[in-house]
Amino acid sequence: MNILVCISQAPDTTSRIAFKDGDTRFDEAGVTFIVNPYDEWYALVRGLELKEQLGGTVTCLMVGTAAVEPSIRKALAIGADEAVRIDLDPTDAIQTATAIADSARGKGYDLVLCGKETIDHNGGAVPGMLAELLDLPYVPLATKLDRAGDAWVIDRDAAGGTETVEVTGAVVVGAAKGLAEQRIPNMRGIMAARTKTLAVETSSAAPATAVRAFALPPAKGAVKLVPADRPEELVRLLREEAKVI
Amino acid sequence: MAILAAIPVKEGRATKAGLEAASYAASLAAASGAEAVAVVSGDLSGDGGLGAVGIARVLHHAGTGVDGGAVARAVEAAARAAAATAVVAPHDDFGRAVAPRAAVRLGAGCITGVTALPDGGAVRRGVFSGKASAAVTASTPVVVYTVSPNAFGVRQTGGGAAAVEPLACDTGADRVRVRGFKAAGAGGGVPLPEAERVVSAGRGLKGPEHWGIVEDLARALGAATACSRPVSDIGWRPHHEHVGQTGIAIRPTLYIAVGISGAIQHLAGVNQSKVIVAINTDPEAPFFKAADYGIVGDAFDVLPKLTEAVKALH
Repeated sequence: MNILVCISQAPDTTSRIAFKDGDTRFDEAGVTFIVNPYDEWYALVRGLELKEQLGGTVTCLMVGTAAVEPSIRKALAIGADEAVRIDLDPTDAIQTATAIADSARGKGYDLVLCGKETIDHNGGAVPGMLAELLDLPYVPLATKLDRAGDAWVIDRDAAGGTETVEVTGAVVVGAAKGLAEQRIPNMRGIMAARTKTLAVETSSAAPATAVRAFALPPAKGAVKLVPADRPEELVRLLREEAKVI
Repeated sequence: MAILAAIPVKEGRATKAGLEAASYAASLAAASGAEAVAVVSGDLSGDGGLGAVGIARVLHHAGTGVDGGAVARAVEAAARAAAATAVVAPHDDFGRAVAPRAAVRLGAGCITGVTALPDGGAVRRGVFSGKASAAVTASTPVVVYTVSPNAFGVRQTGGGAAAVEPLACDTGADRVRVRGFKAAGAGGGVPLPEAERVVSAGRGLKGPEHWGIVEDLARALGAATACSRPVSDIGWRPHHEHVGQTGIAIRPTLYIAVGISGAIQHLAGVNQSKVIVAINTDPEAPFFKAADYGIVGDAFDVLPKLTEAVKALH
């Protein structure tokens, strides 16, 4: 099984979000970056489990400058066999997807795993674009992924429930919570990661969209407290003041 | 010239998220003097409810609607046939599978999860899991948008039925096939991202056997149920109920958080809600800083009384 796992990085979930340069850029000062949780906890770990079950190789790919290499080393420490970094600082989904597709094309991957979205851009567009560029089927929001004969059987979140779908041949999967459980890299993995292959490629992919300005949400007013023995007062406020029930 | 809405259908009708995307497309069309056209792949009953939200014409593709790759081909064919300058889909499982693919096929910029109509050439979308928003522009002649559920709303225009025309487009055999479907138990089958009201609970409930009082309140309010990350991680509730930064992000009109402290990762997934109510024994719980209304009290004592008070409204 030849498995590709696409990873990205994002600010740690506890980061305070701030912007600079007239609100046009994210302020990275003092921010710790982590491997995007959907990519690491679910996509990568499920890829490793399938390799352990079926044999093969897990390649981890990331688009980014040399500054992202600690994230790639972490994926290698968790268990990916080898890695590719595409030396590009992408600004939108099509730029990222094109760079990945140009690198992955012709490599014969049986499975391409991505997180459903990153927790900073929340776009969720890269896996679908990648599938189109590689002419592969794509299953988003996957919560279960198994091999059955020569087919992939996948559970995905769909309107009102869970749909089980089947795909024959190679597929791109967008990993959501439930697909696997987070793995913590051990010392042996961390040591081994230092000597694993990390190939660096280049790309001339271009973006099609741009952020004009970021904004923070308006501050909330003070909470209105209702005494615990008067829940009917809360119901009245929700109906008459907030008008939501 | 046209604005094209790519709409998912269930049992022949547009879904709620689909009607919101169609409303968005109709508003965009009205603002630019373009025709509002929809494309539907899958079984369609009448116009699927699309005329009532301002769609003039529905192009019907005789496919299953299951394989996003096939639907994207139909969307591309419809966009070219109608000379669409924008394609609009809901930001749900359908939109995720279809919109990025259609954007690639059309050479279009793709802006996902938008929350409002374009303003001054830029369109707003949520970023950093609800902690911020961004105004985004596209440099392409055609733009593909996906609309966040519950952000724009369904806007009835009082229009008549839309004309339904067949869309000739051979998309080949589906490469994704359905083997089964399991309906979500709670919330009457309302998908959590689309739910108008949500009652959510955390470790303060002390065990999965106590969820009855949460479900009772949800039922009285016609709300979906949700939970915090620790609760889904320890298996008290299913993963698909986990809202927060690494679960799902929601923006209901009413979010009631019971026994959830309000960690930054949880707030990120729910702070786009219109009205937030926090119920917690700890007056220092961070959730009270993010909430509009609060009760400092024990859920086991407060929830049954609150449920009775809601029932008394009916």
